[in-house]
Amino acid sequence: MSSLSPRRGRARVAPAHLVRVALAALVTLFALGLPGCAAERGPAPIRLWHAYRGDEERALAALVATWPGPPVELLALPADAFAAKLQAAIPLGAGPDVYIDAHERLGDFRARGIVAPVGDALEEGAFAPEVLAAVEQQGVAYGVPLTLKSAALYVNDALVPTDPPDLESIAELRLPEGVYPLAYEAENAYFHAAVLHAFGGSFLAPAGEPGATPGASDAFGFVGEPAERSLELVRSLVDRGVVPADADGALVTRLFAAGKAATAISGPWLANDLPPETPHFRVIPLPKVRAAGGTPLRPMLTVEALMLSPAGAARPEVRAFARFVASTEGTAVLRREARAVPARRDAEGLLEGEALRRAFDDPALAADALVSAFAAQARVAIPMPTSVAMRATWEPAARAIKKVLRGDTAPAEALAEAKQRFDDARPKAVPAARPEPLVAILGVLCLAAAFWLVRRARQREFRASVRRSLPAYAYVLHSVVVLGVLVFVPLFAGAAISLAVGRPGELTYVGGYNFVEILTARGGPLFASGSFYLVLLVTLAWTAVNLFFHLGIGLVLGLLLSRPTLRLKALYRVLLIIPWAVPSYVTALAWKGMFHRQFGAVSALLSAVNDVFGTDLESIAWFSRFSTAFAANCTTNIWLGFPFMMVVTLAGLTAIPKDVLEAAEVDGATRWQRLWHVTLPLLRPTVMPAAVLGAVWTFNMFNVVFLVSGGEPDGQTDILVSEAYRWAFTREAQYGFAAAYSVLIFLLLFAGTELPGLVRRWRARRRPTPRAEVAS
Amino acid sequence: MKRRGRAVLESVGAHALILVFVGFALYPVLWVVALAFSGNDTPEARLLPVPVQPTLKHLVEVVGPSPSGSWLFGRQLLNSLVVSGATAVVGIGIAIPTAYALARFEFVGKKTGVRALLATQMFPAVASAVPLYMLLSALGLLNSRTGLVLCYASTAVPFAIFQLRAAFESIPVELEEAAMVDGATRFGAFLRVVLPAARPAIAVTGLFAFMSAYNEFILAATLLGSEDMFTLPVVLQRYVGEHSANWPAFAAGALVVSLPVMALFYVVQRHLVAGLTAGAVKG
Repeated sequence: MSSLSPRRGRARVAPAHLVRVALAALVTLFALGLPGCAAERGPAPIRLWHAYRGDEERALAALVATWPGPPVELLALPADAFAAKLQAAIPLGAGPDVYIDAHERLGDFRARGIVAPVGDALEEGAFAPEVLAAVEQQGVAYGVPLTLKSAALYVNDALVPTDPPDLESIAELRLPEGVYPLAYEAENAYFHAAVLHAFGGSFLAPAGEPGATPGASDAFGFVGEPAERSLELVRSLVDRGVVPADADGALVTRLFAAGKAATAISGPWLANDLPPETPHFRVIPLPKVRAAGGTPLRPMLTVEALMLSPAGAARPEVRAFARFVASTEGTAVLRREARAVPARRDAEGLLEGEALRRAFDDPALAADALVSAFAAQARVAIPMPTSVAMRATWEPAARAIKKVLRGDTAPAEALAEAKQRFDDARPKAVPAARPEPLVAILGVLCLAAAFWLVRRARQREFRASVRRSLPAYAYVLHSVVVLGVLVFVPLFAGAAISLAVGRPGELTYVGGYNFVEILTARGGPLFASGSFYLVLLVTLAWTAVNLFFHLGIGLVLGLLLSRPTLRLKALYRVLLIIPWAVPSYVTALAWKGMFHRQFGAVSALLSAVNDVFGTDLESIAWFSRFSTAFAANCTTNIWLGFPFMMVVTLAGLTAIPKDVLEAAEVDGATRWQRLWHVTLPLLRPTVMPAAVLGAVWTFNMFNVVFLVSGGEPDGQTDILVSEAYRWAFTREAQYGFAAAYSVLIFLLLFAGTELPGLVRRWRARRRPTPRAEVAS
Repeated sequence: MKRRGRAVLESVGAHALILVFVGFALYPVLWVVALAFSGNDTPEARLLPVPVQPTLKHLVEVVGPSPSGSWLFGRQLLNSLVVSGATAVVGIGIAIPTAYALARFEFVGKKTGVRALLATQMFPAVASAVPLYMLLSALGLLNSRTGLVLCYASTAVPFAIFQLRAAFESIPVELEEAAMVDGATRFGAFLRVVLPAARPAIAVTGLFAFMSAYNEFILAATLLGSEDMFTLPVVLQRYVGEHSANWPAFAAGALVVSLPVMALFYVVQRHLVAGLTAGAVKG
C-alpha cells in the first residue's frame, strides 16, 4: 500500500499506520475463514466421518483410495466428540453423507433423525440374519454392517498350554506368584454382560412372551436370580484374587503384556495395543461357566456399520459407495490391514479347530488366526440392544456391580436399587402444559418493563445521566454486541429448554414440571443419594475446600515468589505453572492412576513410609468411601487450580506501588503488619474477582469429578453440574432436566454472589454507623 | 550479624517451602513423562516416576509425519497457536475498552452490566451448547476458525474485563488528567498513558485467554470440519478410542502441547518482574 502511494503515506503517517493495522487484521480474519469457504467444482465429494484410529484408520484410507467414483473426503474425529458432532452437524446440513459407528447407537440416532434407511446400499443376502437384525429398526435396515466386535479370551501360551474348559478351571490354574489367572474389567457393565448372559440374564428384560420374536423391551432386566448369581460369581473371583479389583482397560493391557495375567477377556483392540514384547498368546472363545450349568460366557456383539445421513441416503453415488466399502473386497482390505472381523457371511479362509490353534504359532497366519478367533466368538455373541433405554442401563448397572464387588452390599439389594434408579430416570409421559400462563407472565413482564422505561425516560435527571453516559457507551458497545449474540442468546435459548421435556427437535412445553421434579427429589426422600439437596451440599463443600486451598496456596506462592532477594525465581515460576499448562485431561487421569489401590503411587508412598517409620499404614480403595474419594477429587482440583491463583497474585502484586510499602516500613510497621494491613488489602481488587470467578468455575467444574472419581462411590461425589451432564448424556438425552439443573445452578450462584452485597446494604440501613469504611 | 543469619534462614525456609510445592506440582506430571517415554510398562506400585525401558517411539509417533507424508502435526500446532493467539488478541481487544469504561466512567446500566458479565460464567455449558451451534450455523461461521475464535474470545472476555478493570483502577487518575491537561483527548490519554502502564496486567490476562482456548477440544471438534483445521487437543484426543486408548502417545502429545504455553509464560513473566522491580506505576 505504501509503495503505491509513497507521498500520501508520508504526509499522513498516523492514519496510514492505522489503515495498515486494519488491513492486517482483515487479512488475518480472512485467512482464518478462507479454508471454510473454498469454492468446490466438479462432482460433490462424498463426506465420510469416522472415529477409527491407528491400523483401522490406515486401512480405511487404503480402501477408500481404491474407490473409482466421486472423490471422498475422510474426517477422523475423537471418539469422545463423535456422537455430539454428528448430532449437531447433520440436522443443519453440515454433516457427513456417510459415517461409521456402532449399531447400538441406531435407536438414538433414528430418534434424532440423523440416520436414514440405507436402501440399495445393503447387499441382499450378504449378511447373516442376526447381524442384519442388529442394524434394523422395525424391519428396516438403517446401517450397512461392516465389521464385528466382541470380547474373547486371550490366553498366555506359556502359562496356559491347554485350553481351559471353563471359568472355574481358569481360577484353579497353578501359576507363579503375582500372576492373575484372569484379567478383565470386572466392574465394567459391558464385560459383565458376558457373565450375565451365561446365567440367562440381560440388562434389558426380554420383550413379549418367551419364545416370541427375540428382542429387548425397555424395562430394566438386571434383576432377579440370573443377575444375582452372576454378581456372586464375579465377587468370589475378585475376593479370591483370581481377577484383579478396580481394573481398567489400561491395567488389563499392562498385566497381560507383562505376563502378569494368564488370561484376559478383551476385544480385538487389545491385540493392537499389546507391545511386541508381549508373551506369545492365542485367542479362544470365552469359556463355559460350571456354576451356570456349563453354558458359555456370551459377550456383547457390536456391529460397526456404515450409516447414511438423510442427505447422503438420497444420493445414489453415496449408497453405491457404502455398498462398495462393505463389499467382499472392501472388508477384505479392512481384514488384511487392520485385522477387522468382516460382518459378511462370505468371509473366506476363516480357520477353525486345530488349524486355528496352529495358525497362532505361524507368524504368516497370525493375523488370520486372530480374525478367525474373533469371528468364531462373534457367532455366539449377543448383539447389543439398540433401544435408547439400553444406554440408560449402563450407569445404574455399573454402580450396582461396583457396590457388590467391593462387598458393600448384597447383590439383591444393589440390584433392586439399580432398578429403582433406572426407573426413576426413565422419561415419563408428561402431559403438555398450556402455554397461556407463560405467555401471560411474559406479557406482564414486558408491559412492566416498558412502563418502567417510559417512566424513567420522562424523568429529567435520568435523561441527563443517560446523556452523560454516552461517552462510556462508546467504550462498551462492541462487547455488548459480541457477548449479547454469542453468549446471551444461546444462554436464554438453553434456559428455555428447562421448561420442556423430550429430545431436541421434539420438545414439549411442560411448564415448571422439571423444576418441581428436581426440587421434590422426584417423589423420593429429600436427602436420598442423588437428590438435589444432597448433591448441593456436596457441591458447596467441594467449592469451599477448593477455593480455600487455591487461594491459600496461590497467595503464599505469589508472595514468596515476589521476594526481591529470591534466586531462581524465573525457574520456580515456570515449574509451578506446569499443572496448568499440561492438558488437564491427561493429568487428571494420572492422578486417578496414582490413587489406584494396588498399583498407584500413593500406595507405593504408603509402603515407603511403612518401611522407614515402621508404621502399618495400609493402602485403601480410595474410591470406595465418600471421604477418601472426595479428598482425591479435591487434591486433583487443587493441584490443577493453584497456579492460576498464583499468577493472579503475582499480577496483583505488580500493581502495588513499592513506595507504599516503603512508607509503611519507614513508619516502623513489622513485616506481618505490612502484609496484613498494606499488601493484602491492596491485593484485594485483583484477587477478589478471580476468587469469585474461581468459586463459580469450581462450582461448575465437572471434568475432574468425571475423570477422577466418576461420582464414586455410588454417585456420592457427584456435584450438581455432573448431574446435569448425566441427564443430558447417559439418561436418554433428557435435556429438559439438564437445562433445569443448569438454571438452578445459575440461580444458586447468582444468589450466592448477590447475597453478601444485599446483607451488607441491609445491615448498613439498620445500624447506620458513623464510621465510614476505611478500606474502600 | 544476627540479622544476616536470620535472612539466610528465611531464604532457606522460602526455598524449602517453594520446593515442596514444586514437588507437588511436578510429581503427577513426571508420571505422565514416565508413561510417555516407557517402552514397556509393568504394572507395579512404584514410588519414583522413571521411564521403564526408555524409548522415543511414542514421541515420534505423535510428532512425526503422518502416513500421507505431510507434516500434519506442524500444521495443527500452527492452527492451535493461531486460534489461541487470535483468541487472546480478540478477547483482550474487546475487553480493554470495556474494562476501562467500568474503571473510569459512571454510566447508566453499569451495575447491571457487571452483574450480567458475572452471570455469563454461571450457566453450565451443557444446556447452551446446542443453541450456540445453531446460532453459529445461522451466522455462517461453522467450519471456520473465525467462529471458533469468536466463541473462545466471548467466553474469555468476562474474566478479562474483571482483571483489567482492577488493573486500570489501580492506575492513578492523575496520570491521565496530566496528559489531558497537556492537550491529549480522553481516548489519547487512554492509549498513550493507561495502556502502557497496564502492560503487565494485559500480558497476564492475554495469557489467561490464550490458555482457555489452547486446551479446549469439544467445541473445536464440533465446530471444525476438516483435519487441516483441527487444533492439537482435538488431534490428541484421537489417541483415546472408544474401547481402548494409546495412553503413551497421548501422554507424549500432551507434553509436547504444553511446551509452547510454558515458553509463553516464560516470556510473559518478564512483565511481572518488570512491574515488581521497576515500580512501573508510582502513586
